[in-house]
Amino acid sequence: MSALQVIFILIAATTLGAAIMVVTARNLVHAALWLVVSLFGVAVVFALLNASFLAVAQVVIYIGAIAILMIFAIMLTRRVASEAGSQVNPNWMWAVIVAGALFAGLVWTLAGWPGFATPLSEMSSRADPLRDLGMALVSPNAYVLPFEVASVLLLAAMIGAIMVAWERK
Amino acid sequence: MDDPVIFIANWLKNLLIGWGLSQGLVTLILTVIGVVVLASVLLLLDVFLVWVERKVVARFQDRFGPNRLGPFGLIQPFADIIKLLIKEDITPIGADKIVYNIAPIIALATVVALWGVLPISATIYGTNLNVGVLYIVAIGAISTLGIIMAGWASNNKYALIGAFRTVAQMVSYEVPMVISLMVPVILARSMGLKDIVDNQIFWYILAAPVAALIFLISNIAELGRAPFDLTEAESEIVAGFHIEYTGMKFGLFYAGELLHALTIGAIFSSLFLGGWRGPGAEAFPIIGIFWFFLKAFFMYWVIMWIKYTFPRIRIDQMLNFNWKFLTPLALVTLMVTAILDKLLPHQNLPIYTLGMLLANLVIVWVTLQILRSGARSERMRVGEPKPVATPPQPAPVTSQSTPGATQ
Repeated sequence: MSALQVIFILIAATTLGAAIMVVTARNLVHAALWLVVSLFGVAVVFALLNASFLAVAQVVIYIGAIAILMIFAIMLTRRVASEAGSQVNPNWMWAVIVAGALFAGLVWTLAGWPGFATPLSEMSSRADPLRDLGMALVSPNAYVLPFEVASVLLLAAMIGAIMVAWERK
Repeated sequence: MDDPVIFIANWLKNLLIGWGLSQGLVTLILTVIGVVVLASVLLLLDVFLVWVERKVVARFQDRFGPNRLGPFGLIQPFADIIKLLIKEDITPIGADKIVYNIAPIIALATVVALWGVLPISATIYGTNLNVGVLYIVAIGAISTLGIIMAGWASNNKYALIGAFRTVAQMVSYEVPMVISLMVPVILARSMGLKDIVDNQIFWYILAAPVAALIFLISNIAELGRAPFDLTEAESEIVAGFHIEYTGMKFGLFYAGELLHALTIGAIFSSLFLGGWRGPGAEAFPIIGIFWFFLKAFFMYWVIMWIKYTFPRIRIDQMLNFNWKFLTPLALVTLMVTAILDKLLPHQNLPIYTLGMLLANLVIVWVTLQILRSGARSERMRVGEPKPVATPPQPAPVTSQSTPGATQ
């Protein structure tokens, strides 16, 4: 086992452990902080894959924006921050079955994928994945249409937020 | 022998390989040594930043500052540290112990982590990450988290309000900061900080003065220093998020803030002032360290100058200034820079820089005109005669109501 594999297993175990803590923690703020650990673990996995842009974007967007917004919202509702009631609702059995079936299906689908068996080719030192990603986002025969659609959607959401908050005189 | 640091690193490497260690292990050991040395130097520097800060503020306020212990009061920080270490460590009742204790560590560690991508000289840098600029933003996001954790875990209303204000301020000022960061990225055609410094034949403050100013302002806000220190406004919320911290835990927040101010100076000088560039820095990289720290300390001094000169702004002014002024200005600057970058000849650097500078001056002039007309209409609005409030007429006094008074 190489050093990279050991690091990967440690990071994956941390990420999954933190994810379990998110759903089992009694205190909502603790759950949100465990979520931060879990998201950070995913960022480290991206970094291990040499996907530095995704790793940094993961931290900026998920920890810097989403997790902080969630913690902010939870802190505003401090009285319900620690709920003493039951942590599962009566349908938990069905949820376990559906989740188990989904996981089994994913494993079954991916088991035949040849990507696991082929060894990774070394990235040439001249290649710049960041530049390739940037070119792909604006190139007409790659992802320019989804990119622009997403931009228009975000713009519409921003205008909508301004309209909702607008103070009519 | 023109680069002692690299010489020592190579000597160590050959020594370790000579002992029969594998190549990968040697690289790991050297990396760990490099990280430990850099972090230790920074934290030692941090001790003296306390002294620098107190001396400079004393000059601004026309007094001497620490001058009793040692020459120029140089031993004062050590006395302060001993005092912080032997203070009673108080954890408030109802505090969330684990989160409460992790928060100061995050506050200081994130600042040290920023130095991982800063090129200190031509040959000494942590890593030339190809997303170095975004890495700085990401670490800033984690430092926000440290402050929220401190504010929430203290079980104190003032601390919580301080944390709320911090989130509002840091999340909003991140927007103009990221936009203005993109301007040097366009100029250098790279997000790696080492590449940005390597490409600065002319300092980018010449090609992008508006972006540099926006970056400085939004970083001071991110730092939570005056005039943006509403997160710890003494007169309103006592001390903000670190109100309950005592002893060395408070010391970590304080040290983190001081080191963060210097780090912002270092980032600013790397992005806009040419980093380690200066006379002799390319031939002898060790001189680059001197230029780097000279520029970083100069920017640190500018940040202190701003801190001790401006009064604190109100929270509504803080948000208006960001969303109605800095963000639109940053967007316009980014668009103008991107368009001009395509139009101007990139090979001819003097012409390119001059064109960018002229465009920036036009942006400044237009901004000032808009601000002036806005201020004029505001003055007109305030100056308009307002309906004068008149007290309601008292009911006429009847003779029956005061029979006793007449006697």
